[in-house]
Amino acid sequence: MNFSFTDEQRMIRDTAEAFLSGASPSEAVRSAMETESGFDATVWKQVCEELYWQAIHIPEQYGGLGLGYVELAATMEQMGRFLFCAPFFSSVCLATNALLVAGDDEQKARLLARLIAGETATLAHHAPAAVRWKAEGDQFRLNGTARYVVDGHTADWVIVAAAASGDDGNVSLFVVPGGQPGLVRHWLPTMDQTRKQAELVFENVLVDTGQRLAAGAAAALASVEDLATIALAAEQVGGAQQSLDSTIAYTRERVQFGRTVASFQAVKHKAADMMVKVEAARSASYYAACIAQEFLAGSASTGELAEAASVAKAACSEAYLFNAGCGIQLHGGVGFTWEYDIQLFFKRAKSSETLLGNASLHRERLAALLLD
Amino acid sequence: MELKFSPEDEHFRKEIADWLAEHLVGEFAAIRFRGGPGDEHMYPEERKAWEQELAAGGWTCIGWPEAFGGRGASIEQQVIFHEEYARAGGPGRMGHIGETLTGPTLIAFGSDEQRERFLPGIRAGTRFWCQGYSEPSAGSDLANVKTKAVFDEASQRWLISGQKVWTSLAHESDHCFVIARTDPDSVGHRGLGFFLLDMDQPGITVRPIEQMTGTSEFNEVFFDEAHCGAGDIVGAPGDGWKVAMGLLGFERGVSTLGQQMLFQNELDDIIREAKRNGAAKDPVIRQRIADAHVGLKIMRYNSMRTLSGNADDGSLQPEAMIYKLYWSTWHRNLGKLAMDVLGPEAEICAAPPYELSRLQSLFLFSRADTIYGGTNQVQRNIIAERALNMPREPRG
Repeated sequence: MNFSFTDEQRMIRDTAEAFLSGASPSEAVRSAMETESGFDATVWKQVCEELYWQAIHIPEQYGGLGLGYVELAATMEQMGRFLFCAPFFSSVCLATNALLVAGDDEQKARLLARLIAGETATLAHHAPAAVRWKAEGDQFRLNGTARYVVDGHTADWVIVAAAASGDDGNVSLFVVPGGQPGLVRHWLPTMDQTRKQAELVFENVLVDTGQRLAAGAAAALASVEDLATIALAAEQVGGAQQSLDSTIAYTRERVQFGRTVASFQAVKHKAADMMVKVEAARSASYYAACIAQEFLAGSASTGELAEAASVAKAACSEAYLFNAGCGIQLHGGVGFTWEYDIQLFFKRAKSSETLLGNASLHRERLAALLLD
Repeated sequence: MELKFSPEDEHFRKEIADWLAEHLVGEFAAIRFRGGPGDEHMYPEERKAWEQELAAGGWTCIGWPEAFGGRGASIEQQVIFHEEYARAGGPGRMGHIGETLTGPTLIAFGSDEQRERFLPGIRAGTRFWCQGYSEPSAGSDLANVKTKAVFDEASQRWLISGQKVWTSLAHESDHCFVIARTDPDSVGHRGLGFFLLDMDQPGITVRPIEQMTGTSEFNEVFFDEAHCGAGDIVGAPGDGWKVAMGLLGFERGVSTLGQQMLFQNELDDIIREAKRNGAAKDPVIRQRIADAHVGLKIMRYNSMRTLSGNADDGSLQPEAMIYKLYWSTWHRNLGKLAMDVLGPEAEICAAPPYELSRLQSLFLFSRADTIYGGTNQVQRNIIAERALNMPREPRG
């Protein structure tokens, strides 16, 4: 048992921190968030060509780096700290995990190679019953609307979870190119501008048999969501940490009544509570990342994965929203302005809380395990 | 990061689990799951006998170096010991102050003579210790100690006078370690000494404090020229604070995982009751039970981080600094949850005139958790000042 980063994991984290402090300062975040695509394509290209983050946990047999989920989580934590705007969550945490869990060997070899080459992808998973599939000869016909698709309007291709016509429980995952005839994609403007969402309308979209990742995929989809949830929880830890750090820095400079605001016990105690939240969340996040690693290596069960994901998401969602909210409060009036970044973290905290299920939903999942 | 224990450690786990299964029977069956926090006043004689049983099996002081009678067990093995001990329902340890506080203090700061005199009795489970720190005017402000130590040249003894309070199990202890002021003109943490006293002497009077639970685990201890020998001071006069603070750092949280097993037992009781009486169907109760589960899991992961050592910054581990505030608050909330799960039945005592049920005792006793060992308010100051480097509180 050794529940601390290895030297290599620490190096990966430090590399991410160093890169993001240069590539994702406040100005970069603000300029990316004002665009419809939501990210700077040249920075993403740099990530893919120099850092290879898009391949971080893809096994070496498919051309990836073959690193573990702990490394992925450590990188996500840093992205959260810097509010990094990139198609990493959609392409790596959603689409890549879907391929790893649900794809067959041929599909993995073919599609993971394209992601490694820098193509982007996402997963439309929110409500499989809102998109329906029907077999037609050696093709499938898709109809319906998928909402809340992260980066759905910019992804080179989309993996969509769809239910069979008249059979809600019969879920399949299909790979659909972004430009497929019949697929119409709308950007949905979001309150948190640092993570983009889209609505995808499928109107008689035809896909070939080889584009179906898995049939009877409800269980696989649940594990994919749990893996993505664990990555998102790590990102929340980073955001919660930065909310604390920037708030402390501000209160140490701000002077009222002839002393720094940081010297007031009421402020110190709130800051201490923020630290308790983020350290507790970090412990849950690291543990979940270890379990995700074991799951992908075949040594943890889907049940263990689901429990670890729910513990982490419940804790990290609350920690981030608490810290960002307290951050605004402790900044005082400027915390409410567009100019200061704490508002961006507060909005990201809320959108991350909702994405993949809020704390109440995950607690109810745990309650069902414990009580039913 | 690696979550699994090594095969050697798993072998060690089996060894202690088997030993406990064989020995925690017969005369000791009655004290399984007894004597923990809130129940420490129960079965003192049986629990002392159990300490000797443990010692005979080589299961006391396992973390001490072999040279002092321990096993030199690794952190992992100590964790495993505490987990298995709690899982088996091992009774609250009468010897824990001696094993976890006195012993490591003497090993680090004591003289050879002190080690030879005191360590074997702790190791053998025959000599029991209590801790003389807090005083009526030295609570959160622990350095405000008023108890005096004067060296009497004629008898070549230290004479200790003053009052200690909140001394757990003082009436069951053979010895007490005491911090007392050696320099009468000093204030604060300067001018203190760390003394080792026999409890069985005319100058010491123990008076139990009746708690809100109706029971008494804590005591007031009065010193009226109580004495100890010239060689019974640890370090030099004036070193007392350094020794006392060093002692607080020894435990490093190896027993926290055992504590969490006790918490798990309590949560399991609550879950069982909720299923039995239908509270498990109440959506608010479901959320609170799940939240308690999340908190307990986090405590475990947090301890694993602490015990693995945080190579990022060796001495100051943020996850270790939050631990007291986290568990005490969690446990207090668990007490409230227990009462809400029980509903009207929560009011009814186990027996007249005032015998509390286990969950009632949890509800009331957990109010002490957020006070002793550094109140939640002091903990927040410590976190803010030491972990977050915020300005220190002004001192009077």
